[in-house]
Amino acid sequence: MSEKDKIKTLLVKKPLKLDCGQTISDFPLAYETYGKLNDKKDNAILVFHALTGDQFASGTNPITKKDGWWNYALGPGKAIDTDKYFVIAANVIGGCMGSFGPSDINPKTKKPYGTNFPVITINDMVNAQYNLLEYFKIEKLFSVIGGSMGGMQVLQFVSNFPNKAHTAVPIACTASHSAQNIALNELGRQSIMADNNWQDGFYEEQNKQPDKGLAVARMAAHITYLSKAGLQEKFGRKLQERDDLKFSFDADFQIESYLRYQGSVFVDRFDANSYLYITRAMDYFDLTKKFGGNLSKAFEKSDTRFFIISFTSDWLYPTSENREIVIALNAIGKDVGFVEITSDKGHDSFLLNVPDFLNTVRNFLNKSYEKI
Amino acid sequence: MKKEFYNIANLVTKNSKILDVGCGNGELMKYITENISKDIRGIELSKSNVQKCVEKGLTVIEGDAEKDLRQFPDNSFDFVILSQTLQAFLDPENVLNELLRIGKKAIVSIPNFGHWKVRLHLLLKGTMPVTENLPNEWYNTPNLHMCTIKDFENYCKQRNIKINLKNLKFQNLFSELGIFILEK
Repeated sequence: MSEKDKIKTLLVKKPLKLDCGQTISDFPLAYETYGKLNDKKDNAILVFHALTGDQFASGTNPITKKDGWWNYALGPGKAIDTDKYFVIAANVIGGCMGSFGPSDINPKTKKPYGTNFPVITINDMVNAQYNLLEYFKIEKLFSVIGGSMGGMQVLQFVSNFPNKAHTAVPIACTASHSAQNIALNELGRQSIMADNNWQDGFYEEQNKQPDKGLAVARMAAHITYLSKAGLQEKFGRKLQERDDLKFSFDADFQIESYLRYQGSVFVDRFDANSYLYITRAMDYFDLTKKFGGNLSKAFEKSDTRFFIISFTSDWLYPTSENREIVIALNAIGKDVGFVEITSDKGHDSFLLNVPDFLNTVRNFLNKSYEKI
Repeated sequence: MKKEFYNIANLVTKNSKILDVGCGNGELMKYITENISKDIRGIELSKSNVQKCVEKGLTVIEGDAEKDLRQFPDNSFDFVILSQTLQAFLDPENVLNELLRIGKKAIVSIPNFGHWKVRLHLLLKGTMPVTENLPNEWYNTPNLHMCTIKDFENYCKQRNIKINLKNLKFQNLFSELGIFILEK
């Protein structure tokens, strides 16, 4: 079985008008499913992935051979129990795991799109994935769930399709990307673009890869996913396989070695242009923009039951920003629950084994499913 | 479930919209959901209590009543419940104003410092009263603003808050707990 055969793909025939003005059609949307859709078709959950995630949320990713990115939360008997629910996860457009992205071949030039790929938004990603509901003939999802950029997609989904999900669980996210987060994304993009191999985005046709730039982008981003306390506890000033400082620029400290490793493994699985496009989509995300700055208006027509989760040590998408969403929903009397989970694992908490978090998700879903 | 909760539950009307401020582990909310109205939600400060509410399938918002009531619009609930926490707030007056702003009616219960056992304790022992309803010592009590039923009634009169209370003298001496329905 070739790599491509391991990826399920829906060819979206229907034209999709992107926010940038371009229209795309006949584009691939790669997806994976877990569990079984029941006869009533009322047990479907659409899971949205974060910046560097993909459709392989659970089990083993057949391409990278690594664990699925949400293995702690999603699977048989887990918080999002695939013995009970039918989970659909898709790779976002702009991504690099089989969905329409910048490394696809442009039929006009017969070369990869590179930076000729249209700039996409969270809105475009969600509108593309909506086609999966029609494909599976699902009238209404039981839930839409996602963390970080996945949470932004959850919010966008409910705003765009106010009666298409019984429940929504946005985790560790925001309704409007902050200046700090735009700045951090820009740092990553500039790192990629500063790599000579990037070649203005047309590196593939020259058989080059801006690995160094992408690795540095990942290293910088990785720090933002952790917390100061978490880093201190795990690494402190511990030295890497040496008894004393070497008075050089080697990786003396374990944290340096760890970050270098994170950078080096990332470039094997991720495309630099996808990184540019997806971080751009996050930066452009401001759900209030269309509604004159009033977030409540984005959810006015929704009949969805919300459950919002943040983490104490997440400084990238802090509790205060998650709470903004709660406040906007309460202002219009929507059904919304909110929990801040104690964890020193930073923004990454939603991907890790944080029992309070996993129990909360499990309880919310199972109790809500009894009510529909 | 404690008797106070049955009394409070009897005061809310069928299918009304309710907010339980400081909803604890959700015991009262669960009873009301199952018997009186499904349109109820809670706000709770303690993380472990919030988890217990989620376990019960209740809608709960982790938050602090002193700051987080602001987000609710005027008159957005038929009833706002506040059970035995008024005396623990830094600024109970502000919380009361908020309850009356967001609720058409507020149901408030307070531990009565005018109860005869409390009076007797202070009179005879000369130490701060420790009773079933007030189980803490002076140095670890969360109760910053203790009052009597009479104090509370006087306060409401001064502020033109409508309060249902009969037989004040009797209640102030013999009730360990005062439960009131307040209206603007």
